[in-house]
Amino acid sequence: MPAATHTPTVYEGGFSDPVGSSQAVFRALMDAMARPGSVQDLPVVTAPPAPLTASASALLATLADADTPVWLDPTLMKTTEVKDWIVFHTGAEITPHQSEAAFALVASPGGLAALNGFSLGTQEFPDRSTTLILQVSSLTDGAALTLEGPGIKGQASLAPDPMPPHFEAQWQANRAAFPRGVDLVFAGPDCVAAMPRSTRLVREGA
Amino acid sequence: MNALTQDTSSQNLASYNFAYLDEQTKRMIRRAILKGIAIPGYQVPFASREMPMPYGWGTGGVQVTAAIIGRDDVLKVIDQGADDTTNAVSIRAFFAKTAGVVTTTATPDATIIQTRHRIPETPLTEGQVLVYQVPIPEPLRFLEPRETETRKMHALEEYGLMHVKLYEDIARNGHIATTYAYPVKVEGRYVMDPSPTPKFDNPKMHRSETLQLFGAGREKRIYAIPPHTEVVSLDFEDHPFEIQHFDQPCAMCGAEQVYLDEVVLDDKGGRMFVCSDTHYCESRRADGHCGALLGDEPGLGAEANTRKEAM
Ligand SMILES: [Zn+2]
Repeated sequence: MPAATHTPTVYEGGFSDPVGSSQAVFRALMDAMARPGSVQDLPVVTAPPAPLTASASALLATLADADTPVWLDPTLMKTTEVKDWIVFHTGAEITPHQSEAAFALVASPGGLAALNGFSLGTQEFPDRSTTLILQVSSLTDGAALTLEGPGIKGQASLAPDPMPPHFEAQWQANRAAFPRGVDLVFAGPDCVAAMPRSTRLVREGA
Repeated sequence: MNALTQDTSSQNLASYNFAYLDEQTKRMIRRAILKGIAIPGYQVPFASREMPMPYGWGTGGVQVTAAIIGRDDVLKVIDQGADDTTNAVSIRAFFAKTAGVVTTTATPDATIIQTRHRIPETPLTEGQVLVYQVPIPEPLRFLEPRETETRKMHALEEYGLMHVKLYEDIARNGHIATTYAYPVKVEGRYVMDPSPTPKFDNPKMHRSETLQLFGAGREKRIYAIPPHTEVVSLDFEDHPFEIQHFDQPCAMCGAEQVYLDEVVLDDKGGRMFVCSDTHYCESRRADGHCGALLGDEPGLGAEANTRKEAM
């Protein structure tokens, strides 16, 4: 694979209105994070090279910059255009190390065997953790998760698809590390949902 | 009723980005806000920027508001419950000028409410965000001046000293004398400073419908309480937490169960108690509610600007 051969598409497809777009995307994400399980509409404001999706790229372009190393899963790493697009439009450095990533972009959540290789922050600085952005095809068609915790009145339901294997066990372990832990952002088609580390999974039938 | 108003006072801001802050600064603040929401009550460090107003004017709250505000937002700013203080008027004018947003004094019309030291009496809703201006974000600071030590105490959940101090307060005063910035525990984990709001407002933070964001500019900290989150004021079995009680209703609108300010009427010791939340009081009067003093001396409240804290 040729290294860093920029095709014209790499320079295109960024925010046409950086100020307004990033504000709109952030507010949707802030609402999603503040109300875990809720599905928030995302404006389509970017046109990235596949397999990077519009919603995941808009979220990353809103949050990432030269101060935030980004980790890409193997599916995204295979595509030079994706790497180049991210570097050009955000200024972020691509890191091969999960533990150094401020953001992790995952195109194939089914291949994410472990959450605990990412940075969980420290007990004194739990904010120094990785935020994972998972590209999903749906937020409502997968296996239903029942959620409880801050931001949720009673219980909430979310059904992203696809999901990491053994997700329930992985999330229990993440929750057990609180206040350390990773936060998950689900980038669906024109929509976003989130599971901050404070969210608890309710076992079905429990 | 209060119509939406567009503040027009001009500021000397030759050139500026939307909502004043540059995009890189907004990104950094936005990242901190998301971490704050994910770890309720935990103080996230952030690289606070110089703002065209002095510290003490709520630069932390202003930076948080600047990072979240959009063109369609409607902004309300209150200072001790009032929309008309210099501080509140200046901040409204700042965002009207730099972000071109509509501002309002009507609580139900606002999508973002920036506040210094009060939570509105009108219950807040899901579509609103409450942004607090915080001077000292560290609830343990008076016990321990060193940041490295207080950070360790939060990390290890070492809150025993805090309880001892509150208990000493009881021993000395017979009750907990702390009436402002009364510490709370968020979702059973972090002890948090609710900012210098009267403890009267603490119960409003508990399981609120509204996202609450806190910004401390000089101390460079951002923290948050998501909606529907448990916020418990620290107390003791034999001395449960109690909010302030007022012996009389608001002299202007007759409201009970609201926070009142003492207003000096003359230099002969005349005084009355009126709602600290000016919009709440005005709406009640517009709806025909009438307090004890209003009938005799109409128009008194609007001119009464000598505010003193009631407690
Ligand atoms: Zn009143």
